[in-house]
Amino acid sequence: MLSKRIIPCLDVRDGKLTKGIKFKGNIDIGDPVEAAREYYEQGADEIVFYDITASSDERDIMIDVVKRVAETIFIPFSVGGGIRTVEDMRRVILAGAEKISINSEALKNPPLISEGAKAFGSQCVVLGMDVKKVEASAKTPSGYEMVIHGGRVFTGVDAFWWAKEAENLGAGEICLNSIDADGTQEGYEIKLTHLISTNVNIPVIASGGAGTPEHLKDVLTRGKADAALIASMVHYRYYTISEIKAYLQGSGVKTRMTW
Amino acid sequence: MIGIIDYQAGNLTSVARALRYLGEPCLVSDDPKVLKQASRIIFPGVGAAGEAMANLRQTHLDQWIPEWVDKGKPILGICLGTQVIFEYSEENDTKCLGIIPGAVKRFPKDLQEDCMPLKIPHMGWNHVAFQKDHPIFRDIPDEAQFYFVHSYYPDPADDHLVIGWTDYGQLFCAALARRNLVAVQFHPEKSGRPGLQILANFCRWGGEDA
Repeated sequence: MLSKRIIPCLDVRDGKLTKGIKFKGNIDIGDPVEAAREYYEQGADEIVFYDITASSDERDIMIDVVKRVAETIFIPFSVGGGIRTVEDMRRVILAGAEKISINSEALKNPPLISEGAKAFGSQCVVLGMDVKKVEASAKTPSGYEMVIHGGRVFTGVDAFWWAKEAENLGAGEICLNSIDADGTQEGYEIKLTHLISTNVNIPVIASGGAGTPEHLKDVLTRGKADAALIASMVHYRYYTISEIKAYLQGSGVKTRMTW
Repeated sequence: MIGIIDYQAGNLTSVARALRYLGEPCLVSDDPKVLKQASRIIFPGVGAAGEAMANLRQTHLDQWIPEWVDKGKPILGICLGTQVIFEYSEENDTKCLGIIPGAVKRFPKDLQEDCMPLKIPHMGWNHVAFQKDHPIFRDIPDEAQFYFVHSYYPDPADDHLVIGWTDYGQLFCAALARRNLVAVQFHPEKSGRPGLQILANFCRWGGEDA
C-alpha cells in the first residue's frame, strides 16, 4: 500500500527563499538548498520549488539552485514557475529535478503537456492548477474555474474539464491549489480535492489551506488526495514534518516513518 | 569504478550524483569499450521499453549486457533497467534482453484496495518485504520504504528469484536476485537513506550469491 506523501513547498526568487525558514534556534535561513536539506532530514517525501523570479535573465540562478539541491537530497523534487518550453523543462531536468510543474503556461499552450510527456515521460510532468469556486454555469459546470496570476484573472476554463483534459494530454500528476483556501491556514478545500482526485487516474497533490496536522488528515482521507502540500505551517516552525507524520500515522493514515 | 549504462532512458545523472555523494567513482557511457573498464555495472533508466530496446540495439549494448552478466561481475538493474532484462514486456509489445525468464506486465485497470480503485502509475513510497538475507539489503530496516514510479511490473517465471515483494492491489516483484545480478523496480537513488544504503551495499558486493 502506498504511503501518503507530505510535500513542503518553497518559493524562490532570484535564488533565495521569499520567506525565510525558521530553523532550530529560530535562525532565519534564506538559502533554498539548506531548507531542502532540513526538510529532507525531517522526513519530507518530496519537495516542490516554485521559482517566482520575474526576469528570464535570472533563470540561471535557479538552475544552479536545482543542481545544488540535487547533490544534497536524495528524494524526488519538482520545480515550477516560468517553464514555457520543452527546452526549459530539459534544463531543469538535466540539472537534477525529477519533475517539472507547469501551470498557466499549460493553459495558454496545452500541447506543452503532451510535448513534455513525450520528451521525458508523463511521470515528469506535473500540472499545477489554481482554482477558484464560482457559480456553476454553462461554461463552468463544475462550479470551479481555472484562474491565473495568483487568482486575479479568470480564464473561463472549467477546472474539472481541465483536469481530465490534462490527464488525456499526458500529465503524470496534478497539484491542485485552491485559491480560496490558500494562505488561510484553515484547511484544504475538501470538496474540490475529492471531485478531482476521484475522477482522474493520476495522483493528486492537495494544496492551499494547511494549518494543522488535522487538515492534512482530512484532505488525505475524506478528500482522497494522494499527497498534501504544506508551506507556512512548517516554514514558521509551528510544526515539524516529523510531528505531522507521527500524527498522521497515529490517525491511521499510512505515511513513511523511516528515513 | 562503477559503470552506469547510458541508453538515452531518462535522467541518469541522479544515479551518478548519489554515487558521488557516497564517494564512489563512476563513469556514464553507452560504449561497451568504456563500460568494460568498470568493476561493476548499474543499469538504470526511466521511460518506455520499446524505445529503450531500440537504443540498446543501436549501441550493441543488447549483446554486451548479457555477456557481462555471464562473466559473473556484479550488475544492478533499476526500474526500466530491471524490466528490460526480462524476455518480454507488454509495454509497446517489446522483445527484451531475455536474461531473466519471465515477462513485464501492465498493472490491471481494475486494481483495487479496500474497494477503492488504485491509480496507475504506482507512484510514491511503498514497503518492500525482503525475502532473503541478500548482501544488497544489509542494514536496511524492515520498515523502510522506497520510491516507485511505474505502470508495468516484472513477473519472473521463477518466484524463487524474488527477494522483495511489494503490495499495490496485488503482490508484485520489487526486487530479484540471481547470482551476480540484482534488480529492483524502485529507485534507490531517490529513496533517501535506505536507498543510498542499497547503493553503498552494491558498491561493496562482490557478486557472490546470497
